[in-house]
Amino acid sequence: MADTTVIGAASSGWAGKVSDALWRRPTLFLLLLLAPPALWLGVIYLGSLFALLAQSFFSIDEFSGLIKYELTLKTYRELLIPANLDIIVRTTSMAAAVTLASAIIAFPIAYFAARYARGRWKALFYLGVMLPLWSSYLVKVYAWKLILAKEGILNWLFGKLHLTWVLEALLSVPVIGGNSLSVSYTGTFLVFVYVWLPFMVLPMQAALERVPASYLEASADLGAIPFQTFRNVVFPLALPGIIAGSIFTFSLTLGDYIIPQIIGSSRLFIGQAVYAHQGTAGNIPLAAAFTVVPVVIMGFYLWMAKRKGAFDAL
Amino acid sequence: MSTPRRAFWTVALATTFLSETAFADMPTSIGAAEGQLNIVAWPGYIERGETDKKFDWVTKFEKSSGCKVQIKTANTSDEMVALMNEGGFDLVTASGDASLRLIAGKRVQEVNVGLVPSWNKVDDRLKNAPWHTVNGKHYGVPYMWGPNVLMYSTEVFKEAPKSWNVVFEEMNLPDGKSNKGRVQAYDGPIHVADAANYLMKHKPELGIKSPYELNADQYKAALDLLRGQRKLVSRYWHDAFVQMDDFKNEGVVASGSWPFQVNILQSGGAKIASTIPEEGATGWADTTMMHAEAANPNCAYMWMEHTLSSNLMSDLSVWFGANPGVPEACTDGRGMQTAAGCTKNGMDDFEKIKFWTTPVSKCATQGNKCVPYYRWVSDYIGVIGGR
Repeated sequence: MADTTVIGAASSGWAGKVSDALWRRPTLFLLLLLAPPALWLGVIYLGSLFALLAQSFFSIDEFSGLIKYELTLKTYRELLIPANLDIIVRTTSMAAAVTLASAIIAFPIAYFAARYARGRWKALFYLGVMLPLWSSYLVKVYAWKLILAKEGILNWLFGKLHLTWVLEALLSVPVIGGNSLSVSYTGTFLVFVYVWLPFMVLPMQAALERVPASYLEASADLGAIPFQTFRNVVFPLALPGIIAGSIFTFSLTLGDYIIPQIIGSSRLFIGQAVYAHQGTAGNIPLAAAFTVVPVVIMGFYLWMAKRKGAFDAL
Repeated sequence: MSTPRRAFWTVALATTFLSETAFADMPTSIGAAEGQLNIVAWPGYIERGETDKKFDWVTKFEKSSGCKVQIKTANTSDEMVALMNEGGFDLVTASGDASLRLIAGKRVQEVNVGLVPSWNKVDDRLKNAPWHTVNGKHYGVPYMWGPNVLMYSTEVFKEAPKSWNVVFEEMNLPDGKSNKGRVQAYDGPIHVADAANYLMKHKPELGIKSPYELNADQYKAALDLLRGQRKLVSRYWHDAFVQMDDFKNEGVVASGSWPFQVNILQSGGAKIASTIPEEGATGWADTTMMHAEAANPNCAYMWMEHTLSSNLMSDLSVWFGANPGVPEACTDGRGMQTAAGCTKNGMDDFEKIKFWTTPVSKCATQGNKCVPYYRWVSDYIGVIGGR
């Protein structure tokens, strides 16, 4: 008897009523909880993205340089002129090359960490992979500029080993060569791979850890040579992790505008083109159209990745 | 972000409105200090002895005026305009391109030069400069200016190069080796103006009157020259420190540059010197401008006077490799700068310098048929990309 009065008394309070109402209507409770993040995502995040996309359907008046607020595809025609196509092709090829190289370098590291490293070795592995992420991105890039310079340590090392001819042969190759490593695509590529590698190693290692050791033993028992085991067992099972890592390396390279500005031949990448057009030029429509390019490329990429099952583990 | 053309029209419109309102707002006397002052400035422009003890032009001002100075640095003109649009600042050290945009956008107010006692000491060449004076109204007091010089290695060039051709045309340098891969150019569309400046002298038949006002033919000739330059340049420079590093570690021996890099490299013992070749050079000039809704106008006026009368310009001239807006700062010993130092920074070369302004299609010298700045941007990207 006394108990029921106590419960009744608690519910009659203001807070109690709200609490009761929420308990009776779980959907309302859920909506209230989800509203702030949904608003954040919907209004601030997607809203600004769509505002940007909308800009790309306006155009800049050739004569006055003013933005005309009429829907048109003129800006997209401008995006497809050869100089701009060069930028898109250049950025996408770089992103693809960086992703491929990262995957090849990351695989043995991740495999060792997942299968063999234990205890302190494992800690050392995590430290080794994560450590570069703790220092400033700019410091790393400027350090690389010094390493790759014509009178830098790498050239010195090649000189000491009497291997300068190797470097010169590499630098005399058209397209990827140049006056020195730090002003060539090769240099840009090396720095990209260095900076984004951890983002490939970690998801790959997570995927490899989930491959049961018994599968490998079974494969060996059935007479497969190591390469066959790799091709038919390890690689397919690790593929979702590789794809997840490649999403990081690919999209990060696609959007970066600092590295190609400091290291490389000054030829623009997409991020730099956006930066150049939105500034004093005031050509916001073209800058917006340029940002649509990585969005579209990544859209296709994610769609392919989904078909390969990269998100099954999420 | 205002486009050049819009800027032009808004100037025209704004001035008609301002003529009625600005006078009412413009103070006629300086009251008591408000206690603080917020300034948007280029990095290295306002030093309080924290980077180097010798370079301090804030502490004394704070003590004597009672205005605590807070600095917000901005790296580009666009950033400056954006910060001024946000508000909350009293003063800005705006360059030639930003200043007109700020006036057009009504983000800055007319300055009553009568309240700045040292105004009459300002360089006569700057007093009515078009980048801060619109329809006879002063929207700020001149700060510092400087040329874009030709920096070169004294190991390769025993005497200063006479012409900008060392960075524009393929040739053998005095050491007998080609300049290919050993020269640099600025990584900004405004570099088109440097090419135009070169053509002004070497292809007079093009009829270029100002490197910032180019008709279609003149513009095309400038781009062609730059396409040739692309073959010589391994990397365009963007960041002053990257350029200094390239001179030290990449074997670069000649490039357009600022006195800032020249001074730092020389003080580090590098075999570097600079010159303004026969064609003249482009340059920049900055102005201290006051926000339209400045919360601390009294402190702002005190600071403007301080910039003109104290050790500031003299020491800053040494620090930044720029020239003071007040010529006496070079000679009267108020700071560390000397007449010789100012000469080195290009003080006597004012006439040779074409100061930076934003190219607009409506231009006086080519019958209002100029190529506007946004085209410079997209085409220069193409040039660097090898198109």
